[in-house]
Amino acid sequence: MLSIKNLHAKVDDKDILNGINLEVKAGEVHAIMGPNGSGKSTLASIIAGKEEYEITSGDIDLNGESIEDLSAEERAHKGIFLSFQYPVEIPGVSVTNFIKTAINETRKAKGQEEMPAKEMLKLLKDKSNLLEIDRKFLSRSINDGFSGGEKKRNEIFQMAMLEPSVAILDETDSGLDIDALRIVANGVNKLKSSKNAVILITHYQRLLDYIVPDHVHVLYNGKIVKSGNKDLALELEAKGYDWIKEEVKN
Amino acid sequence: MDLKEKLVSSFIAFENQVDIDSYVHDIRTEAIKNFESIGFPTKKNESWKYTSLKQVLDTDYSVFPSKNTALVYSKIEKYLIDDIDSYKIIFVDGIYCSHLSETTHEGMDICLMSSVLNKPKYAPIIENYFNKALKKDGITELNTAFSKEGAFIHIPKNKFVEKPIQIIHFNSGNESSLMLQPRNLIIVDENSQLQIIERHQNLNENEVLTNSVTEIFVNPKSIVDYYKIQNDNKQASIIDTTSIVQENNSVCTLHTFSLGGKLTRNNLTFAQKGEHIESIMKGITIIEEKQHVDHNTLVHHIKPNCESHQDYKGIFDDSSTGVFNGTVVVEKEAQKTNAFQANNNVLLSDKASINTKPQLEIFADDVKCSHGCTIGQLDKNALFYLKSRGIPEKEAKALLMYGFANNVMQSVKIPELKNRITNIIAGKLGVNIGFNL
Repeated sequence: MLSIKNLHAKVDDKDILNGINLEVKAGEVHAIMGPNGSGKSTLASIIAGKEEYEITSGDIDLNGESIEDLSAEERAHKGIFLSFQYPVEIPGVSVTNFIKTAINETRKAKGQEEMPAKEMLKLLKDKSNLLEIDRKFLSRSINDGFSGGEKKRNEIFQMAMLEPSVAILDETDSGLDIDALRIVANGVNKLKSSKNAVILITHYQRLLDYIVPDHVHVLYNGKIVKSGNKDLALELEAKGYDWIKEEVKN
Repeated sequence: MDLKEKLVSSFIAFENQVDIDSYVHDIRTEAIKNFESIGFPTKKNESWKYTSLKQVLDTDYSVFPSKNTALVYSKIEKYLIDDIDSYKIIFVDGIYCSHLSETTHEGMDICLMSSVLNKPKYAPIIENYFNKALKKDGITELNTAFSKEGAFIHIPKNKFVEKPIQIIHFNSGNESSLMLQPRNLIIVDENSQLQIIERHQNLNENEVLTNSVTEIFVNPKSIVDYYKIQNDNKQASIIDTTSIVQENNSVCTLHTFSLGGKLTRNNLTFAQKGEHIESIMKGITIIEEKQHVDHNTLVHHIKPNCESHQDYKGIFDDSSTGVFNGTVVVEKEAQKTNAFQANNNVLLSDKASINTKPQLEIFADDVKCSHGCTIGQLDKNALFYLKSRGIPEKEAKALLMYGFANNVMQSVKIPELKNRITNIIAGKLGVNIGFNL
């Protein structure tokens, strides 16, 4: 589904990714872990199409098609979704208007008609129930005055509405209390299917108790230095990252 | 002959058209003298520092239209808010157009200045209110000198006027260039309520300069909602002077939507002559190319326990320029005043500019006054956020600008007007967002 080959990238002349290789198949959950500053969020932003980063070499393919020259919106239309580590506050634009616009622009790009109002309402209702979101929340301005937990829940709500094929969740667990974490994880698990894939970027094993990964990768100095199954995450939780750094050095 | 000389010398011709043995004409005669000595404002005048009239005064305007022009409804329909029931006072080239208008004298006067100026019945009211709210600067005195036509509205006490009033001035383009000087007088007696929409529209590519003056008297416990739509073409310039006098417990809200025109200057003054008054000024300016919009506001807090709120948002593209000059004066007697002023701007291009200057002059010691202005660009992270959800760049920018302007739109109380403004904005941004603010 998503295939990243030998990806190098830099920002302001600083190399951040130094040859990433990653194969994500439909139905899989991948976790990307690693110490601070290893390039995890950069990787997420680059896949989603943030323009400040420059890809110097390598490929990102989605379903066999190269996407690295596409704009962020075109990637979204093809099914890429990024749950932001720090969702942006946009005063004056309600969550509902935002999500309606996003859905209809995506449909327009695919040559489809706008979603009928009735269908949209039902979808909004179903998905807000899934994330245990109060309907009042939908008429508030996007992330404006939201708590950390509300922001993250809003991200997963958007994911539920947009039904992406590859969802990248960038530290969605940070800032969540245990109840909110459960709700968010439950939402993600319900959205998971054999037709889509999830990439979790996280510092902690905690999230992986709820959303169980098929593969765990360690990103260090802009490179995936180790991959394994879910046991690798447990090992990292127990031992930290120093032993990995040692391995890389040797 | 420059425009000033032309105007001064045409005053004699003007006197042939009006009743010179009247109260108002004495005021006019005084005013033309004042205009002759003061003239048009120049950049040397502090409040005109960032707005030069040079380029608009350089045209040889006709000061009286040479003939009556009939317009058909279909030609002007789109400039009306036609999906609501409303009173309409419509002028073409400064001349009242009865077949397009809907006025009344039943229980209230929603009519023409020319029909009341010389009638004995209206003499007490004219003597009481005409020219009483204005500063005697060159521009205003010029309008006063030639004051003859415009809207006259008098709402008696305890009257809730259900239908909004639309005052619309068209320039037909019959003159190669025309100067218009409408003069409006609006009096709302005690405990009454009124909504007004005002618009000026040039119908072709010929130059038009409008020097409009409106006096509004909001008597005790009355509520006035005034909306100015400034969405004219690139040959149209306007200097709009609106002076509002408020009495005890009255509320007056004025929205100005400056969305197009060659040069737009708004002189807006609120004088609070009683207590427990609320004065609200809101504005959205979205302009591009070489357009220029200048908002000059003055709130005069004279008595205690009053409030004023100003919220002006501006979005400037290409080489457009904006000015916001907001003065709040709090007199010594005006204790417990609450005065707020905000002016936020977004510059979309390196060549666009805004000069924003808040001025507070406070002589009382127990007041709450605040002011703030910001100038920025669209937030890149917000743009990426919207794009990452599949919203294309153009729509994403539009959504951010909509959001930016939204709290001004929220206070528009006529839904059809709100739709219209939203559509004008969407059209300007080249998008169809598919929802209203």
